[in-house]
Amino acid sequence: MLLYALRRLALALPLLIGITFISFFVIQLAPGGPFDFLINPDLGKIDPKIIQALQAEFGLDQPLHIQYWNWLKRIAVLDFGRSFAPDGKPVLQKIGERLPITLFLNIIEMLIILALAVPIGVLSATRQYSVFDKVTTVFVFVGFATPDFWLAVLLQILFGIQLGWLPISGLRDFNWEYLSFWKQQRDFGAHLILPITVATFGGLAGFSRYMRQSMLEVVRQEYIQTARAKGLSEQAVIGKHALRNALLPVVTILGLSLPGLIGGSVIVEWIFAIPGMGQLMVQAVFSRDYPVIMGNLVIVSTLTLVANLLADISYGLVDPRIRVGRRVRR
Amino acid sequence: MKRPAAPFLLVAAALWALAGCGIDVEGKGEVRASASPPAYGDTFVEASIGDIQGLIPNITSDGASHAVGNLIYDGLVKRDKDLTLVPSLAQSWDVSKDCLTLTFRLRKDAKWHDGWLFTADDVRFTYETMIHPKTPTAYKEDFLQVKDVEVLDPFTVRITYPKPFAQALETWGIWMLPRHQLAGYVEGGVLREAPQNRHPVGNGAYRFVEWKSGEKVVVVANPDYFEGRPYLSRIVYRIIPSQSTIFLELKAKGVDYVGSLTAIQFVRQTNYPAFRKAFHKYEYPANVYTYFGFNLKDPRFADRRVRQAFAHAINKQELIDGVILGKGREATGPYKPGTWAYNPNVARYPYNAARAKQLLAEAGWRDTDGDGIVDKAGQPFAFTILTNQGNEERKKIAEIIQQRLREIGVAAEIRTLEWASFIKEFIRKRRYEAIILGWGIGLDPDQFDVWHSSKTGPDELNHISYANPEADQMLESGRASCKREERKKYYERFQEILAEDQPIIFLYFRDALPVVASRVHGIEPSPNGIIYNFNKWYVPKERQRYTSG
Repeated sequence: MLLYALRRLALALPLLIGITFISFFVIQLAPGGPFDFLINPDLGKIDPKIIQALQAEFGLDQPLHIQYWNWLKRIAVLDFGRSFAPDGKPVLQKIGERLPITLFLNIIEMLIILALAVPIGVLSATRQYSVFDKVTTVFVFVGFATPDFWLAVLLQILFGIQLGWLPISGLRDFNWEYLSFWKQQRDFGAHLILPITVATFGGLAGFSRYMRQSMLEVVRQEYIQTARAKGLSEQAVIGKHALRNALLPVVTILGLSLPGLIGGSVIVEWIFAIPGMGQLMVQAVFSRDYPVIMGNLVIVSTLTLVANLLADISYGLVDPRIRVGRRVRR
Repeated sequence: MKRPAAPFLLVAAALWALAGCGIDVEGKGEVRASASPPAYGDTFVEASIGDIQGLIPNITSDGASHAVGNLIYDGLVKRDKDLTLVPSLAQSWDVSKDCLTLTFRLRKDAKWHDGWLFTADDVRFTYETMIHPKTPTAYKEDFLQVKDVEVLDPFTVRITYPKPFAQALETWGIWMLPRHQLAGYVEGGVLREAPQNRHPVGNGAYRFVEWKSGEKVVVVANPDYFEGRPYLSRIVYRIIPSQSTIFLELKAKGVDYVGSLTAIQFVRQTNYPAFRKAFHKYEYPANVYTYFGFNLKDPRFADRRVRQAFAHAINKQELIDGVILGKGREATGPYKPGTWAYNPNVARYPYNAARAKQLLAEAGWRDTDGDGIVDKAGQPFAFTILTNQGNEERKKIAEIIQQRLREIGVAAEIRTLEWASFIKEFIRKRRYEAIILGWGIGLDPDQFDVWHSSKTGPDELNHISYANPEADQMLESGRASCKREERKKYYERFQEILAEDQPIIFLYFRDALPVVASRVHGIEPSPNGIIYNFNKWYVPKERQRYTSG
């Protein structure tokens, strides 16, 4: 198992370099550069020489492969550089400012999804074609079909304007510093309700569907029949024998959604004005802020690789056959 | 206060002076008679669509950074409500007869927020910063015109120019920077990394409190401000990246001010009693015009008669009514109606399809094969109009113009492109036939960079490749004089030439459509918009909403 993990790890490094290599060149294909904002016609004149000088200053006048090599050398010692934006902040600081809130929101979202999707999936599988199953099926299709931004705006109008119960956007009241501790918590919580609801809605649909599907397959297996034949209670059959096996594919999907925890949801962050990673990345792309884009990509792709690895390892934990099987094959 | 005015180009129009030809400001919210006396206090919440880029506005280029910068920093001069330049950090100034020397006498009571006195040395330092090769500023050109900046005594500074520079005085509205905070960073070429860029020490009416990246920027009133403490105690810029969310926040009273609504929001979506009670709406002409541009390198558009035919085919009033619901005014040239350089007596091209067809025929375009499209030498007149994605206004204009051109037998396709690629791949490389775009205009009528035939190189602004020797001459003379009467003559002639040539079709100047919470008093709409006297805005004690701050 350990050897297997190490081997996978060793393979991940060239993969990571490959990802950064391709990303680096793809980004450069997009027209425009980080200092083009100075040529904004609404601002007026600027001598093109000034832009050229700035580009030279940041090494952007060199051939692409040299730029990439320089970047790689710096990244090898974990120097992510500084943003090209006028704030000139170090990339890691920028990411550090944005990461906690995105992580926090997405973990909560993921927990809620799991807490709801697993029981929904199990129930609709064990009561296949029941009213409950049909209702959840409809719900799932509605969930799939509902665009995030549309739902978000509807909820904002209903709860923010018509009813006035919840804040429309942001994370905290702008007067937050002046509130008492408990009011601060309440305020923060109130701000989270809408974004988390919207983010959960789509995910819930998918997850509960996977869970149902996987459960349906498992309950048809012979060992379930055996368990029933042994005279085990239905609760024990489903809860102990079936659920554990049915969770396998869900773990894979969960593993693959880990990078999403970091990447953030662009649409939710955008509409609800949440200063997270998704917003940071979009802004960096629009302003061609290469160091931030690349820094972000390195972190997200590293996490994707790690998540894949974790998913593989947890397969082994959930299902001993995989662990054993691999060992035998080697 | 010069908000949201970057000192020059970003800003408002030109001088208003000439008696009787002021811009008619339709103050739906006139100067409101208010019984309540001015009071200190309350928090004013603004929404900003983007995060600020930094807190040294001299090196940023976005509206949000400039708006915040204008609260924290002052310049030597500022624009008054009628757009004249009035003292700010400078108490008074002299301009020499030959227009080559400018002497400022500074206030002796202006202090940086950390207690240091603001002196002539800071003026000299700001100049040094702006011309430093490693300072990434969009305003460098203005300061490269300067020959020398001499500190005569701590409160007098003399600026000399090698040749007359019409905009000289105006350029000194630039935000002043503190030498004692920044010296090393400028010399080292790392101005962006200075702490000043995150925790600025300014000299303006508001002091910086905090900047939470992507969330908010907070400033508080400066009690030691040399013009007296501003009334509103605390200003919060909430960063909300979605335009529709900002609008919803406005409706829910989560923000107190939006700089400009869209015409449809302004006219229809905010027209209900509760909104009218909670907010006051204002409208005044913005400093940007929308145009239909030709690539003059295209042989079809190089013919002036074709351009004039197009001008006759387009109904400007129809565009204003249909696209911006009447919230704008016809443009006849690149100057805003009502400003001193504006010349109303130029050739106009009223909507007239018959005349348009006739002009096309004179240029050799006739429908010989009866397919409804005019042709010449077997080639039908068909081309593509480009505009940028995400701008509904321009897209609608393109569609209406497409219909109107069809009436005179010209087939136009429409293509919308992402902004960066539009500029880089199409505008800069001159790979277009016709475009719909806007130009922001400065306070000064000097538009040398946009129209002069020497400015047609790559990356330069005369991308339509306009070249007219007489226009060139007017532009050169206009910028070489600092006497307004003289300049006015040059620019009036310049507009006549443009109207005759129609190198682009000037469509309209749209109105800026701001809304402000009705509890805020002291707003006086003017040709300079509403924000110029921000320090005098106040909320009467009984209507203050937030006690904090």
